[in-house]
Amino acid sequence: MVLNIGPQHPSTHGVLRLKVKTDGEIVSEITPIIGYLHRCFEKHCENLSYEQVIPYTDRCDYIASMNNNFGYVVAVEELMGIEVPERVEYIRVIMAELNRIASHLLALGTYGLDIGAFTPFLYMFRDRERILDLFEMTCGARLLYNYMWVGGLSHDLPVGFVEAAYDFLDYFEPQVKEYNDLLTYNKIFIERTADIGVLPAEVAINYGVTGPNLRGSGVAWDLRKAEPYSVYDRFEFDIPVGKGLVGSVGDCWDRYWVRVQEMLESVKIIRQALQKMPSEGDVHAALPKKVRPPKGSIYKRTESPRGDLGYYIISSGKPVPFRIKMRSPAFTALCVLDEIARGWMISDVLAILGSLDIVLGEIDR
Amino acid sequence: MGVLEHKFQDNIVVASVDKLLSWARSTSPWYFQFGLACCAIEMMATAASRHDLERIGMMPRSSPRQADVMIVSGTVTLKMGLRVKRLYEQMADPKYVIAMGSCATSGGPYWKYGYHVLKGVDLVVPVDVYIPGCPPRPEALLDGLLKLQEKIRHERPLTRKTGT
Amino acid sequence: MSQDIRTILKKAFPAAIVEQEAETEDYLEVRPGEWFEIATFLHDTPELKFDSLQCITGVDWGPEAHLEVRYNLHSMEHKHKLEIRIVLDRTAPEVPSVEKIWRVADWFEREVYDMYGIVFTGHRNLRRILLPDDWVGWPLRKDYETPETYHGIVVPKIKEEWE
Repeated sequence: MVLNIGPQHPSTHGVLRLKVKTDGEIVSEITPIIGYLHRCFEKHCENLSYEQVIPYTDRCDYIASMNNNFGYVVAVEELMGIEVPERVEYIRVIMAELNRIASHLLALGTYGLDIGAFTPFLYMFRDRERILDLFEMTCGARLLYNYMWVGGLSHDLPVGFVEAAYDFLDYFEPQVKEYNDLLTYNKIFIERTADIGVLPAEVAINYGVTGPNLRGSGVAWDLRKAEPYSVYDRFEFDIPVGKGLVGSVGDCWDRYWVRVQEMLESVKIIRQALQKMPSEGDVHAALPKKVRPPKGSIYKRTESPRGDLGYYIISSGKPVPFRIKMRSPAFTALCVLDEIARGWMISDVLAILGSLDIVLGEIDR
Repeated sequence: MGVLEHKFQDNIVVASVDKLLSWARSTSPWYFQFGLACCAIEMMATAASRHDLERIGMMPRSSPRQADVMIVSGTVTLKMGLRVKRLYEQMADPKYVIAMGSCATSGGPYWKYGYHVLKGVDLVVPVDVYIPGCPPRPEALLDGLLKLQEKIRHERPLTRKTGT
Repeated sequence: MSQDIRTILKKAFPAAIVEQEAETEDYLEVRPGEWFEIATFLHDTPELKFDSLQCITGVDWGPEAHLEVRYNLHSMEHKHKLEIRIVLDRTAPEVPSVEKIWRVADWFEREVYDMYGIVFTGHRNLRRILLPDDWVGWPLRKDYETPETYHGIVVPKIKEEWE
């Protein structure tokens, strides 16, 4: 039997269509059909100046906009050879990690929703709102920030941000225990996710799966450690990997659990960054008059909440980029769905899909 | 109605069936969970803890058959445009459409070079309320929904529609 | 890219590597003919072991010029990376598919095909991925023109007075 899920479906995380071939209730093949949100990002890049591309990177992965900004500006800065003031680097790291927490909160909340747990969603959105408040305080936007510019930031931190950030961290850390009680170690949740959709490490690497999905399979690969960009080499944090605590390594529960642990690691990084951040410094000091990188190309990867976010930029020496290709982590994560969801029940397919944490804006661009 | 007036106590309201119908409709428009892009996240945030859409009678439905309002939240591409139209046709009358965000209103930031972007959802389905913003804040969405409720309240389904 | 990778590859495939002016450049230009064998070699040789394909980028250098495909490879074990560039003819762009070696190339190649019309020979399922199947043209080519309508839906052209 061929079953069609989507493009309008409550648990497909956007407009994704799955053509599921089943034998009774056992899935024998899944064909994801994407492109329902193809917004021509790469075409826009070829027509807009380097600065104007930044708001479009926001809209690619709209759950973790700061991280998308971050990857793009780091790539352009490396192409141009700009040194960024230290304060800017620290603020960027703080923002990126806050957004990582927000993104994971949304991923975990909606994952609970997919499995049938509605309450954790409300709890996690409540806490996510507090992070958005911090962003709103800084740059005025809730979701799409356009905060990081090539060579600097749009605004300096507002008065009182550091205290508010500490307040949030003090509030947030104990909350994780609440999530664990509510969802992580919930018997029903474990039954639905443990041992389901196991993704072996070799398959993950061959499919280019990165980020929490790869770490859930037990590979300690994090670009913040492996190829440190910005000032990530100055912080102490661990890379949580899936250990198969309730099932086998690389199952849905492991991918979920890695995200929970990563939020705590992000809290660690933010605390260190707030401490080490120089209190003085002009965030506009290194802004170039004109963003016009020399001829050449660069492929730069950064760690977004979903994995390796790569930008391939070709510059022809003009103020308009010749070509920008975005290598999105969710694209490769969805690619592996067919491989790991075969042989499971239809209801498990949605559990597996949710555990991969995809964002359609980034897949279709 | 003069005969009945002041004959009963305060717990009886006298109104025309017409008014009653539109009043009942306006206070619980169930919306269609129809997340497309960035705005969908704001729609979820509006439905979640802090803003709580259900206090104004809005409840998410996953099926177009059960929904009264379609909130088109996000960029509609050409590939999706045909599906939006079909989903709209599947909804039962009376049905309303809200274009949330600048993408659904006019193509938004993608209007100029977006070869695959529909320049406004009103090219395929009729729209009742437009909400500007990229993305609109939850307050803006709430305001738009209240505007829609107001519009429904002034409708007279048995006699005539306002504005026609 | 270290010089060792270049030397190893040149030794194994003397005919397929295009000579570059500056040897220090961090990429390697390859002729399309033997690409599948080279890719297998890159993936399987223990001292290279490029087990992860990061990205495939298509490039169009203009209506009079050529098309190009670029591959970014990375080795999780040796932590080295390599960029491969393949220049293709504009009228009949064909390049062997590496989808059987790195499974992620399946979707990447479909995307490049979708945007540039570059045919990956040997790909088992080469269809459009992002755009609908009945779409006409290759949108990211520099000489692409936006269609007037799609299934009766108007796609308004750029109107200067809108700005």
